[in-house]
Amino acid sequence: MMQQPVIFSVNGPVVKVRDTNVFAMMEMVYVGHRRLIGEVIGLTDTETTIQVYESTSGLQTGEPVEPTGAPMSVTLGPGIMTNIFDGIERPLRALEDASGAFIGDGLAVPVLDAEKEYDVDVKVQKGTVLQPGEAYASCPETSAILHLCMVPPTLSGTVVYAAKSGKYRINDEIVRLEDADGKVHSLTLCQKWPIRRARPAARRLSPSRPMITGQRVLDTLFPIARGGTAAIPGGFGTGKTMTQHQIAKWCDADIIVYIGCGERGNEMTQVLEEFTALTDPRTGKSLMERTVLIANTSNMPVAAREASIYTGITLAEYYRDMGYHIAIMADSTSRWAEALREISGRLEEMPAEEGYPAYLPSRLSEFYERTGAYETLNGREGSVTVIGAVSPQGSDFSEPVTQNTKRFVRCFWGLDKALAYARHYPAINWTMSYSEYMDDLAAYYEREVNPKFNAYRTELSALLKEEQTLMDIVRLIGSDVLPEDQKLVIETARLIRVGFLQQNAYHKDDTYVPLQKQFLMMKLILHFHHEAKKLLAEHVELKAIRESGVPELIVKVKYDIPNSEPERFETLTRQIDSTLHALRGNKREVL
Amino acid sequence: MSLQYFGLHSISGSLIVLDHVKGARFDEMARIVLDDGTERTGRVAMLEGDKAILQVFEGTHGLSLTNTRTQFTGRPMEMPLSEDLFGRVFTGAGRPADGLGEVMPEKFGDINGAPLNPVSRQYPRNFIQTGISSIDCLMTLIRGQKLPIFSGTGLSHNKLAVQIVQQAKIAQDSGAEFAIVFAAMGIQNDVADYFRRSFAESGVLQNVVMFLNLANDPIVERIITPRCALTAAEYLAYEKHMHILVVMTDMTAYAEALREFSSSKGEIPGRKGFPGYLYSDLASLYERAGIIEGIEGSVTQLPILTMPNDDITHPVPDLTGYITEGQIVLDRGLEQGGVYPPISVLPSLSRLMKDGIGEGYTRADHAAVSNQLFAAYAQVQDARSLASVIGEEELSELDRKYLEFGRYFETCFLTQRFNENRSMEETLDLGWTLLSLLPKSALDRVDDAVLNEHYDPAAAEALVQKVRERNG
Repeated sequence: MMQQPVIFSVNGPVVKVRDTNVFAMMEMVYVGHRRLIGEVIGLTDTETTIQVYESTSGLQTGEPVEPTGAPMSVTLGPGIMTNIFDGIERPLRALEDASGAFIGDGLAVPVLDAEKEYDVDVKVQKGTVLQPGEAYASCPETSAILHLCMVPPTLSGTVVYAAKSGKYRINDEIVRLEDADGKVHSLTLCQKWPIRRARPAARRLSPSRPMITGQRVLDTLFPIARGGTAAIPGGFGTGKTMTQHQIAKWCDADIIVYIGCGERGNEMTQVLEEFTALTDPRTGKSLMERTVLIANTSNMPVAAREASIYTGITLAEYYRDMGYHIAIMADSTSRWAEALREISGRLEEMPAEEGYPAYLPSRLSEFYERTGAYETLNGREGSVTVIGAVSPQGSDFSEPVTQNTKRFVRCFWGLDKALAYARHYPAINWTMSYSEYMDDLAAYYEREVNPKFNAYRTELSALLKEEQTLMDIVRLIGSDVLPEDQKLVIETARLIRVGFLQQNAYHKDDTYVPLQKQFLMMKLILHFHHEAKKLLAEHVELKAIRESGVPELIVKVKYDIPNSEPERFETLTRQIDSTLHALRGNKREVL
Repeated sequence: MSLQYFGLHSISGSLIVLDHVKGARFDEMARIVLDDGTERTGRVAMLEGDKAILQVFEGTHGLSLTNTRTQFTGRPMEMPLSEDLFGRVFTGAGRPADGLGEVMPEKFGDINGAPLNPVSRQYPRNFIQTGISSIDCLMTLIRGQKLPIFSGTGLSHNKLAVQIVQQAKIAQDSGAEFAIVFAAMGIQNDVADYFRRSFAESGVLQNVVMFLNLANDPIVERIITPRCALTAAEYLAYEKHMHILVVMTDMTAYAEALREFSSSKGEIPGRKGFPGYLYSDLASLYERAGIIEGIEGSVTQLPILTMPNDDITHPVPDLTGYITEGQIVLDRGLEQGGVYPPISVLPSLSRLMKDGIGEGYTRADHAAVSNQLFAAYAQVQDARSLASVIGEEELSELDRKYLEFGRYFETCFLTQRFNENRSMEETLDLGWTLLSLLPKSALDRVDDAVLNEHYDPAAAEALVQKVRERNG
């Protein structure tokens, strides 16, 4: 008889078991009498290494370790939306009911509400042949999300029993499926999927449509595609979390998966409060109706922090398979990398850079490669977009996590301490940031917004670039020595920075700006630049242009013209033209 | 009578190894009795087969492989808790250090605490008035927040902490009491004494619980000092419903103790030799600030740390800044220029401020004036660096205005006396007066309506006159 495996050693979250061969790699196990959840992360002929997702305080050697025979998995089914989970998909509200305000150990709570009844519309009948991923039923999960129950990607067969449409709970049998070998499988409203394996899809689609965020600096200068990847690196206090909140609130994804990975508890509380209170502009309901939060805060067990990223992306892939577009906010991937480092240290693995394990880049790439726009197994189109915050140590972008992340993402939105100190928000540095999706998305902008969009954007970037060069001179000798036309470049760039790039998240109109208005604002600034240039050529003083009140008008246009009244840009342009025209009498002396 | 283990297998630094151990629990406490009858405390740091590795809080000097008897208690490290904690002084390990005898415990609390469930938290929104203009206006302290002071050796962070403790006032009448838990880690005797004296002089000593681990106390004890203090704070806040301000100094000494301990365990070091889990470890302290939904009481943290070599990118301030909700940064240049408190405004920040100020909390124009002050002061820095290259005379008129604004901002707004307690009204009005030194068109962060209401060049002129008269 096989002996029950027992704990041999305990070192923080790492537990070892000796002389057993019952475990498989990445298998989920229960550790000790309290049945703490753990995962097998190392196997040799003599030793099994397990990382434990809960506090190991009080464990003894000799306590039993119980295999489950299944890899670390998440439960997928209706009830995920509006929920808040920890890193291994334990619902935090249920944990609160079980152990109060402070989280206890070894709590076994069901992942999804097993008692709640859903209005299920069964789409198949006896004899229907179902392929992997095909939907057999649907039910409204929240007022914003219609949930599709799909055949697990590993299964296909003929329906031998189908329940009638009606009210069902998540564990009720909906369909019985007989596969090619004659084996019968019972399908309910939910299924399981291992978190470290990507859910399969039919084929990958190339990025062609932007994910619109309503944030000018992102949409106009550094757009991200649906199914794309972006990193937001920045030191503390530069606004990583704020930027992610803004994107989560306003972007045009169908579903938001917000992963708080090793970050502040108060921030998750804030997301929960704000998103619940916020009316979703698209559905008119609470934003929380299409949001799921994963909160593994910095003081929660570190192994679960490592898992939280995978839990999040697996949930996202599941909804992608229903044909939804999902945006994942991962805050912060550095904390995840640190969890890897911490566990790697406990395993006494050979460290690479700064103590991080050598497999850091491959783990990062595995994660980011699970994003993308796909044609799903059931022929729908869905996408998973990831926006990952990076918290570089000492704000030093050359550290390993930032550098390795940069290799696997295609958008880089670098946050700048100097901008944040000057309270220029969002503090995205326009010289350091880039987007590789620009060419993929050019056609969309020309078709949907304006044929001139890309040309204007290029001109805007060029002005900012030129300003930077000029400022190097100004910093040395002051601005007075510059010729008038270069001073104008500096003035226009100031308008771009203050009037366009800075965006006020607390202003009712400015917090979200539609692409059309972004375009018109850009056009207005460039129009001013061209007109002013003409005036300079006619020897009008720049000082006069500056004091004409026109720059103030342009800076304040983001507040003065509501998003719903783009036609007012034309009136404003005419007003500006006539003001500028009136300056023509005001010529400077020509030397 | 539970099992006793005679002798040790080996000793390394502050760690001892016992073998042939049965039934020891990870993280439990053990009593180590020496042959001379003295007693020490150890904690299980690792279990492997029948070996147990213990960390000894009082240090291992005088231990031999044969002169000890060890007994496991079966309990994690606990701290006796009761309302009698007030007015008492404890060692860093939570034992009475004032000769007043043991505390009659109402209960025992595990010093490691447990993570607070994010859904049980209440988002902090009510501000604490410190009476210090720069903090109240520009980086408002919110009840339930963790807001560290980033300082350097020799700067007046202790004085500032004392002033905050003396002046801190909860704005809204909540009925709950306000009290202080003070944790000293690795600070000099004189500094600890300064705090004790200041608390006594201002008559708040009866509202203070002190935990002292001084510079010459064992480092293993230093690692548990903040945990003892926070356990006391959580008990007083959530079970006795008080508003607790926890002052912890010096977090750098704490982190160094952790590093020393980690290296004695032979762990793989991360940056600057600090262990890879420094972030998680610091988070397990800082995250214990907060408010629980539905329970009166709060834990607010004011940790103080000295940045080695004034370097804000050093791992301790860096990781702290990533966990805490903002930071108050002190600046040597300001201190040397005679500015007290020497708060460097631009890198300082309070993350929770935006939801705790404005109408219904402080005043409707608070956000506007603080944004504009930040932006204007950032311009001052640009103007100064330009002036240092081309000279002040060569600057444009606007830049000269900024220089003037910068001078008055530092001497009238930042600077205040140690016993000067400014109300929020005073502070905000002063902010507007200073902004009025600048031309209206330069104030581009403010709505026109708000600006018209508060822009007052006459008041600015009067302030300038007053300062000129004062300076003779």
